[in-house]
Amino acid sequence: MRTPIAYFVVLSGVLFTLGTLGVLLRKNALLIFMSVELQLNAVNLALVAFSRMHLALDGQVLAFFSMVVAAAEVVVGLAIIVAVYRRRGTVDVDEARGLAG
Amino acid sequence: MDEISVRIGGSGLLWIVPALPLASAFLDLLLGRRLGKLAGLVASATVGLSFVMSTYLVFQLLDVASPEGRLVNQHLFDWISVGRFTVGADLRLDVLSATMILVVTGVGFLIHVYAIGYMQGDPRYGRFFAYLNLFVFFMLLLVLADNYLVLYVGWEGVGLCSYLLIGFWFEKTENASAAKKAFVTTRIGDTAMLIGLALIVREFGTLDFGTVLDAPGETITKGVATAIALLLFAGAIGKSAQVPLHVWLPDAMAGPTPVSALIHAATMVTAGVYLVVRSAPLFELSGVALTVVLIVGLVTALFAATCALAQDDIKRVLAYSTVSQLGFMFMAAGMRFYTGAMFMLVAHAFYKALMFLGAGSVMHGMHEETDLQRMGGLLRRMPITGWTFVVGALALAGIWPLAGFFAKDQILEIANHTGRTWIYLLGTLGALLSALYIGRLVFLAFFGSPRSEEAEHAHESPTVMTIPLVVLAAGAVLAGLLFSTSAEGTLARVLEPVTGPVPHGEGLSTLALSAIATAIALGALAVAWWVYASGRVEWLTLRERLQPLPRAARNGWYVDHAYSTLFVNPGTAAARFTANVFDTKVVDGLVNGIGAGTRRLASAVRLVQTGFVRSYALAFFLGAVGVLVWLGTRL
Repeated sequence: MRTPIAYFVVLSGVLFTLGTLGVLLRKNALLIFMSVELQLNAVNLALVAFSRMHLALDGQVLAFFSMVVAAAEVVVGLAIIVAVYRRRGTVDVDEARGLAG
Repeated sequence: MDEISVRIGGSGLLWIVPALPLASAFLDLLLGRRLGKLAGLVASATVGLSFVMSTYLVFQLLDVASPEGRLVNQHLFDWISVGRFTVGADLRLDVLSATMILVVTGVGFLIHVYAIGYMQGDPRYGRFFAYLNLFVFFMLLLVLADNYLVLYVGWEGVGLCSYLLIGFWFEKTENASAAKKAFVTTRIGDTAMLIGLALIVREFGTLDFGTVLDAPGETITKGVATAIALLLFAGAIGKSAQVPLHVWLPDAMAGPTPVSALIHAATMVTAGVYLVVRSAPLFELSGVALTVVLIVGLVTALFAATCALAQDDIKRVLAYSTVSQLGFMFMAAGMRFYTGAMFMLVAHAFYKALMFLGAGSVMHGMHEETDLQRMGGLLRRMPITGWTFVVGALALAGIWPLAGFFAKDQILEIANHTGRTWIYLLGTLGALLSALYIGRLVFLAFFGSPRSEEAEHAHESPTVMTIPLVVLAAGAVLAGLLFSTSAEGTLARVLEPVTGPVPHGEGLSTLALSAIATAIALGALAVAWWVYASGRVEWLTLRERLQPLPRAARNGWYVDHAYSTLFVNPGTAAARFTANVFDTKVVDGLVNGIGAGTRRLASAVRLVQTGFVRSYALAFFLGAVGVLVWLGTRL
């Protein structure tokens, strides 16, 4: 018996909401970063689920793309966070506001 | 055109006539400083060579047996070619342009020689001769043109040279503004003339003299002919300083005197007369245009003569006199007496150039003094200048057998014989005034006793300046006897193929008219002597008693003032408004307003950029939600 699609969508929505809240409420750059990953994975879950539902491979292919991009993003993002930490001794995003208008 | 064009000896060399002064102009312009005194010699020599060439060509031309065949066309190159409309750089030598090139190069040569002496020691000696040569080039181009566009190039070119030479001593502001005034005033006429040319192109599809002037009645109507003729005449009014555009010529005397003699007496100002005579078929087709020419000429002749009577500056007397004499020429043209206009042009070139050069000689001998009130008794101190000037003055006054007598007398004779009694009477009045003002000038300057230190110690000018005076005086004496002893004299017969026959009619006999004219001229001279030289009349007191008339005449009947009030001041005010109000407030305001607005907007909007990354993230989120909601409502 197949699991109903609604389960996946709800789980994906919950994960995405958690991720979004993490991005908006956390001050630590590393945690924000992790929340972004959570959002991405929530979307990947939805993609794969819909793909399975429609018995088409498009969604899964797109999920792979998004995973590759996320991996690349992690490399750059972590490097930046490390660099910021070395320079400022903190990864609090509210401290890094030199570009204020 | 080509079938009646005759090959005469050396006709292919026609282009050399204008090319010589042009080459010299470039030489003087580029190397003037290095050439030093040689510049004047080179300039004079090239114009002299041009004169020799012209003489040779004219003799060749007159050798052609049939009068109708006396025409040479030379096509130098295609200039403009647009669709079916073409204009070539074409030259044309017929009897009319032959007369003009002889005057331009001949009198021009003498004035160049004179200028060698007159301009000696001037810091811009080379440049002066370059401009003078350039002028001769453009003037030759004007009279040798075979279509209206080449003529127009020459027409504008002489205007440019006139501007450059009037303002030659531009260090003095008044000279520079006189140059500007001359340029702008003639430009009014030139613009009308250009419209006339455009009209010719529209009607005829070409600007060639051969097509336009050969029976224009078959192509255009009388009304169109009137429009074209009047527009062309407007150009002539500007260039030849006729009322109402005469105001620039008296001020143009700010230029060096050889310039006044060459450009503002002998040649450039007569270009208008040439234009009218050249375009005679158009004017005749119109009829009305000829009447306009006649009236403008008459009004100018009388008006300027009264102004000349009250001037104290020797050059301004001559300037107004030139305006008046040009009026006589237009009168002649207006009565279809084109040969008379042309002869007057030639004669006037001689005696007026002579008098201008004489005035220059007087100024040279008196440390640039031009005030008649400070002269007197110069005949004894400057005999050559004095006597040649007297010859010129007698010619202008119309004393037999000098050139001016024949010229003026024949014009008045035609007026009488064609039944224009009023024109005859007013023309005679003009002649009377001419004799009066020139008598006044001569008696004040050359007779009586010196009225100033400078006049006391005046000295004769060097030979290089007096020789041209003598040659011109000989011309003023002989021109009439040689070329035009009667209204149908030699010149008239030669010009007939171009200008058509001299008008005929009945009236007083030539002898009676000559007697009247001579009596009037002599009487006027006698009055001038009695008032200004006999010592029996205090002429300054007399003038005071006649005020305000002399003051008004002296100021040109306040035409200048009227123009200032009507045109110049409103124009200046408008310019000031656009510069100080419109430009600074509206144009600058708009530009600055855009800048300031952007700045204000930016300083408000930049506050949005807080630097808190999480607020940006919130904005993204809300934006994404907004987009989703929007998409949702559209489903």
